[in-house]
Amino acid sequence: MSIATSIEIDAAGLYYKELNAQIRDAVSEGALKVVLKNVTGQRYIGTNLYGTVDRDTLRKLEIEIHGTPGNDLGMFLDGPTITVHGNVMDGSGNTMNHGRIVAHGRAGDITGFSARGGEMFIKGNAGYRVGIHMKEYGDMRPVMTIGGATQDFLGEYMAGGVVIILGLTLKPGEAHYCNHVGTGMHGGMIFLRGNIEPHQIGTGVGMPELTDKDAELLTNYIAEYGRLFDTDVSEIKLEDFTKLAPLSVRPYKQVYAY
Amino acid sequence: MKIEEHQNNNPSKPAQRKASDFKIRSNRLSEFAVQRDYDRCIKCEVCIKQCSFDVHYRDEEDDLIKHRPENCVGCHRCAVMCPTAAISITPNPAQYRAHGSWSGEHVKDINRQAETGGVVLTGSGNDKAAPVYWDRMLINASQVTNPSIDPLREPMELRTYIGAKPASVKVKDGKLASEMPPQIKIQMPILFSAISYGAISYNVQKAIAEAAEELGTLYNTGEGGLHPDFYKYKDNTIVQVASGRFGVHPDYLNAARMVEIKIGQGAKPGIGGHLAGEKVSESVSITRMIPMGTDAISPAPQHDIYSIEDLRMLIFALKEATNYRVPVSVKIAAVHNAAAIASGIVRAGADVVAIDGFRGGTGAAPKAIRDNVGLPIEFALAAVDQRLRDEGIRNQVTLISGGGIRCAADIVKAIALGADAVYIGTAALIAVGCTLCQKCYSGKCNWGIATQNPYLAKRVNSEIAKNRLVNLVQGWSHEIKEMLGGMGINSIESLKGSRSQLRGVGLTSEELDILGIRPAGM
Repeated sequence: MSIATSIEIDAAGLYYKELNAQIRDAVSEGALKVVLKNVTGQRYIGTNLYGTVDRDTLRKLEIEIHGTPGNDLGMFLDGPTITVHGNVMDGSGNTMNHGRIVAHGRAGDITGFSARGGEMFIKGNAGYRVGIHMKEYGDMRPVMTIGGATQDFLGEYMAGGVVIILGLTLKPGEAHYCNHVGTGMHGGMIFLRGNIEPHQIGTGVGMPELTDKDAELLTNYIAEYGRLFDTDVSEIKLEDFTKLAPLSVRPYKQVYAY
Repeated sequence: MKIEEHQNNNPSKPAQRKASDFKIRSNRLSEFAVQRDYDRCIKCEVCIKQCSFDVHYRDEEDDLIKHRPENCVGCHRCAVMCPTAAISITPNPAQYRAHGSWSGEHVKDINRQAETGGVVLTGSGNDKAAPVYWDRMLINASQVTNPSIDPLREPMELRTYIGAKPASVKVKDGKLASEMPPQIKIQMPILFSAISYGAISYNVQKAIAEAAEELGTLYNTGEGGLHPDFYKYKDNTIVQVASGRFGVHPDYLNAARMVEIKIGQGAKPGIGGHLAGEKVSESVSITRMIPMGTDAISPAPQHDIYSIEDLRMLIFALKEATNYRVPVSVKIAAVHNAAAIASGIVRAGADVVAIDGFRGGTGAAPKAIRDNVGLPIEFALAAVDQRLRDEGIRNQVTLISGGGIRCAADIVKAIALGADAVYIGTAALIAVGCTLCQKCYSGKCNWGIATQNPYLAKRVNSEIAKNRLVNLVQGWSHEIKEMLGGMGINSIESLKGSRSQLRGVGLTSEELDILGIRPAGM
C-alpha cells in the first residue's frame, strides 16, 4: 500500500462534505489512523465510511480530532474509534452501531441518541436528552459513560444499553439537576452517582439494588474512564450509585382498549 | 297461558341455556350477526379453524357448531371458507335506538372505554363518510381535435423518474453534460407504500418486494428494519428511518435505492407508534434489532428533529451515510399547514416529499386520531404543488402522494393535481386478501396479513400474493394508459400538474380554488 497508515488532514476552511470526502478517500486508500487538525464545527465526521474497507479494518480505524467537531459526530458509526480533543456538539453517536467515541470535554444534546452498540466516554457534562431511546440487541449493547452531569430527559424512552453518570462536576453535596429521567424507559439501565430525588425520575422507573454483574460493569467502565482521561477515580465508590431500570418491558400495555 | 308453560314448552329441552351459550363479554351489542344455516352446515369445523377470534365452537353436548357473535370482527374469512356456504356475517340487525347524534359506534366505544379505561385502538384507514374529493373530480377526454390515442396500438409512456430535478441542464454532443442528482427509474408512477415487517407478516412483505421487482417499481420497508432475507430485493427497496430508528445502520441504509425519513403518517399525524410486544416475534426481533416480546416504541417526534434546520441535518446525515448515491425522501402526514411544511422540507434538501392523506392505513392507531386528524390528500396535494410552484422550487423534488388511492382513476387525478407518483398500501393489502375489518392491531388477522402468528401467516402464499399484486398494478397501469390516450396524451409526464384536465362536480368555489380546477361545464 502506497499511503502511510496514518494521515493528517487540515480541516481549516473545509466544508463538511469536502472534509468527510477526504476522510473517506484516506480510509479507502488504507489509512488506519486519520488525524484531523483545526476542526471547526464540521458535521457527520465518521458517518460516511460504509463500503470503504471491510468491517474488521473499520473496527481498527482511529480518527483523532483536534478542535470542535460539529453536530452528529459519528452518526451511524460502525466500527471506528473517534477521539476528540475538545468538546462535542449535539447528536454525537446518533444511531451508532459499533465503535467508540471519546470526548475530552463536554457534550451537547441527544448524545448517544438511539445508539444500538459501541461505547462513548464524555469527560465532562452533557446536555439534554442524553441516551434517549438507546437500544440493545443480542450481544450489541451501547455503554455511555459521562464524567459530569446532564440536563433533563436523560435516558428517555430508553429501550436498552447502559448510561453511567459519574457526577464528577457536581460540587460536594450538590444534587443532580436533571428532571424527567428515564420517562418511558422500557429497557436498559442508568447508573447515577450522587443525589437524585424521586420526583426527578419518570414514572415506570424503578431503583433496584446493584447486582454483582452491575458492580463489575461499573468498576470496569470507571477504570477505563480514569485511564482515558488520566483522572483519579479512586474516590468513586459503588455505594454512591443509584441504579434506574424500567419496571416493565411493556409500558404501554395498559393504555389501550381492545 | 300460564307462565310455566311459556317457559318450558319443550319438555325434552331444559329451560335454561348453558353458561357456555352466553356472551363472554360486557354489555356491548355485538357489531355483527352470525347466521348459520343448520340445513347446510356439515359440522366440518372449517369455520372454527379459520377464526382466530373464537367466534365458532363445537358444542359437544348438543352436537352442533355454534357461535359467539360478540367476538366477530366482520372479516368474513369463515363465510368465504365455508364449503357449503352455510355462514353469513351481517351487521347486527339488533342496534341501539337510532339517534342523530349518538351513533351506535359512539355508544359502543363509550362502553369499551368504560370497561377498560383505555384508548380505543383501530387499524386500517379512516372509514368515516367525509367527502372523497377524487369522486368529485372528473377527467377530460379528446373529441375531434387533438385525437385520442389507443395505447394498444401506439407507445404510451408511464416511466417515472424519482429524484430532484435541476433547474436547467446542459447538453453536449447530444448527451447530458450536467451532473444530475440521483434518479430512480420506475416503470409506472405507482410505488408500494411503507408497511413494516411486524405490522404485516413475512410472506406479505416478501410478496410486495417481489411484486415491486417484477413490476420495476419500489416498495417501502416501513420503519421496522429490513429482514436479512430481503436484502436481495435492494434494487427495489426504499428503507425508512423513523423516530424509533429500528434496524437502522449503515448496511440497511446502503441496501436501498432511496431512504425515507418518516415524520408522519396520514392515519395518525403527530403521534408515534407502538408495536405491541406480542407481535415482536423472533424474526421481527431480528429485523428491528430489539429483544423479543418488548414493545417497539416509536416516539412521536424524531428526537433529533425539532425544526426544519434539524431536518436538514438528518437529510444530509443520510446523504453522507449513503455517499450521496440515493435520493432522500421525507414523508409527512397531510395536515393544515402541509404546504408551508413541504416548502421547508424542499429547502432542507429533500429529493422527494411524500404526503400521506388522512385516509391512509395503519397497523394500529387511536381511533380518535385516525378519524379526526389530518386532511384529505386531494387538498394537501393541490396546496403543496401550488405552493412549490409559486416559490419556484417544484422541480427540486418529486412529489409522491398516498393515503386513499383506490383505483387507477384516483392516480390519474392525483397526477393531474400535481403528484409525480403515488404510494399504494391499503389497495395492495386488499389485493392479497384484506377485507378491511380494521383489527390489524390485534395480531390475529385471519387473512394472514397483519399477524406474526405462524398458523395464520401461512395462509398467504407469497407467490400467489405477488401475482395478485402484479396483476393489480398492471391492470391499473393499463387503465391509466387508456385514460391518457383518451386525453390525447402519450406520456404520464405530460399529465403532471395539468389541472385543466380535471373538472369539479358539486364543489364550492373555495374547494375549486384550493384544488385549482374549474367546475364541470366551464
